[in-house]
Amino acid sequence: MHSNARRVAIIAALVLALCSFSMLSANAEFAPVPKDQLKVGFVYIGDVSDKGYTYAHHQGTLAMQAALGLTDEQVLYKTNVSEDAACENAILELIEQGCQIIFTTSYGFMDYTEALAAEYPNVIFSHCSGYKSNGVNFNNYFGRIYQPRYLSGIAAGLKTQSGKIGYVAAFSNPEVNGGADAFTLGVRSVNPEAEVYIQYTSTWYDPTVERQAAEALLDLGCDVIAQHQDTSMPQIAAQNRGVWGVGYNADMSDDAPDAELCSPIWNWGAYVTAAVQSVIDGAWTPENSFMGMKEGLVGLSELTANNDPRAQALIDEAAAKILSGEFDVFDGEIKDNTGAVRVQTGQRLTDAEITSIDWLVEGLIVK
Amino acid sequence: MANTLLNQIVNIINAAVLAGVPLLLGTTGEIITEKSGHLNLGVEGLMYIGAAFGFAAGYYTNSEALALICAFLGGVLGSVLYAFLTVTLRANQNVTGLTLTVFGAGFANYIGDALINSTASKAVSLSAEVKAAFNPVSIPGLSALPIAGKLLFQYNMFVYLAVAIAILTGLYLNRTRTGLNLRAIGENAAAADAMGVRVTQYKYINIMLGGGICALGGAYIAIVTCGGTWIYNCVSGQGWIAVALVIFAGWSPYRALMGSLVFGGLSVIRFYLPGGYVPPAMLSMLPFVVTCVVLVVTSVRSARGGNQPAACGVNYYREER
Repeated sequence: MHSNARRVAIIAALVLALCSFSMLSANAEFAPVPKDQLKVGFVYIGDVSDKGYTYAHHQGTLAMQAALGLTDEQVLYKTNVSEDAACENAILELIEQGCQIIFTTSYGFMDYTEALAAEYPNVIFSHCSGYKSNGVNFNNYFGRIYQPRYLSGIAAGLKTQSGKIGYVAAFSNPEVNGGADAFTLGVRSVNPEAEVYIQYTSTWYDPTVERQAAEALLDLGCDVIAQHQDTSMPQIAAQNRGVWGVGYNADMSDDAPDAELCSPIWNWGAYVTAAVQSVIDGAWTPENSFMGMKEGLVGLSELTANNDPRAQALIDEAAAKILSGEFDVFDGEIKDNTGAVRVQTGQRLTDAEITSIDWLVEGLIVK
Repeated sequence: MANTLLNQIVNIINAAVLAGVPLLLGTTGEIITEKSGHLNLGVEGLMYIGAAFGFAAGYYTNSEALALICAFLGGVLGSVLYAFLTVTLRANQNVTGLTLTVFGAGFANYIGDALINSTASKAVSLSAEVKAAFNPVSIPGLSALPIAGKLLFQYNMFVYLAVAIAILTGLYLNRTRTGLNLRAIGENAAAADAMGVRVTQYKYINIMLGGGICALGGAYIAIVTCGGTWIYNCVSGQGWIAVALVIFAGWSPYRALMGSLVFGGLSVIRFYLPGGYVPPAMLSMLPFVVTCVVLVVTSVRSARGGNQPAACGVNYYREER
């Protein structure tokens, strides 16, 4: 009896394994989905009202919904999902609700997305800001936010009078440090003497801590505060001291109208709309996406009236060079803040090098 | 050089005071609550309720005084819930407090979302007049003093209000007959009852008073720290630090003044130390490491008779022996 039961179990397992293999190969390409049967899912780390990271993602979602004419029942999203088992539950719920494609929008969702992608080969998973993909039904997408960050650095470099610019940053990782590098390169392209002081908060989202970090930079004499954080607190701190700020994620001039110069912003709709359209067409492929200003995924918000009068022309000029491909921020020669040459004259960093930057450029100082 | 160092120290103390104010209010409120024999773990929730009430009142009435009063009343309402459940129905105090935390956070973010969605720009801010009421004060002759000015006379009025509340609470608890009765209830409610003190009435009133003061801490975060713009999840854990600070302060509002300055200082010091030497994650742990150390020290001390009200956390049944 016993050995029989075991044999049955082994055979069943083999059959299951074979089935999943055949499913895998059958799903290397995805069949077209009629638009009225499509369901799209999103997993957000924050709330859509945060005026920052999740807000920007949700604006992209709404743009996609409008562009493709989907109903509210076809676009499902989970908010305030933490980067733990809650993420797995959120994804499973979206699968159960019948989503054909699910976007997970925070770095810490990566491993959960990867595991469930292997388990559910019929569903497409698209993860934002990570580096993993499986070549079948799971890709990742991010963008060249360093391009508008460079442009916002020009605005900051022209505006500063003290020559000291503060940068409130979340974590010391390649995404953040690469962005701060690009910003500093922009600052020093117009103001070679200016210095950028970076302050790490160890949190993406904590209004009190973000404010405190900004205040410390202001105490140091900084008169422009830039940020890689999810709330507008650094901008509000700058406004309260009567100085200026460069926001992030979304136009923050509603929250700090007298301080805001401009913000590097995401137009996630540019990617999400194309991805969902490809699902409808049956043309989705598991390629990773790293689009920039040219494709409209990232950009700079409109310059406010707080800017130096020269800013618009200089930023337009640099933006034109980036759009034409003549210039792409990390073009040599670039030194790091210890004086070592990191990018040779005539060299341009590759995408892989840009997304793994672990050094700070000359003029960028850790406080 | 010496001058910049001095300036830097003044800056740190100034930032520490600003960081300490919500903690001070939360701690003072919780001390009153615990003196009545009730451990309210819902400080975080009460702060959220205060933030939402204070912000919404300031937004709709354009009056800073009404914002503070409504924040206080919001805390009173929240703690009436707690008092009804734990005093009248004798529900478990820990569970009730935790529930209040979850409820308060959800309630505040719900109100905040509703406000945000009622505007076209999806951003809500208080009017310039209300914001200006909480700008740093300028006292002629004093605020402009070289060092003492920034150390003592350049805070917003909320800071002075919080210090006054803490001192008045100390006087109330230690120098009045009512305060003595309250402390008796916290130590041994049956004895106080036998003495003729109206235990239930005292408990209700003081839990409500404590809740209202906690809520003012939340209003400080929404109106001052967040600069009068509604930010999702604005309190983000400060209520919990206040609960720990009660132990740090040994249930004394005077020591809470010092304790909140120390904790405020610990939370901002990392932004003023020269960077690159200590990992930022280590520095951001500091307030919590100190909390752990304090818990160990106080538990050793309380083995020799500590300051915690003896009946704190235990519900009172009149007929029980």
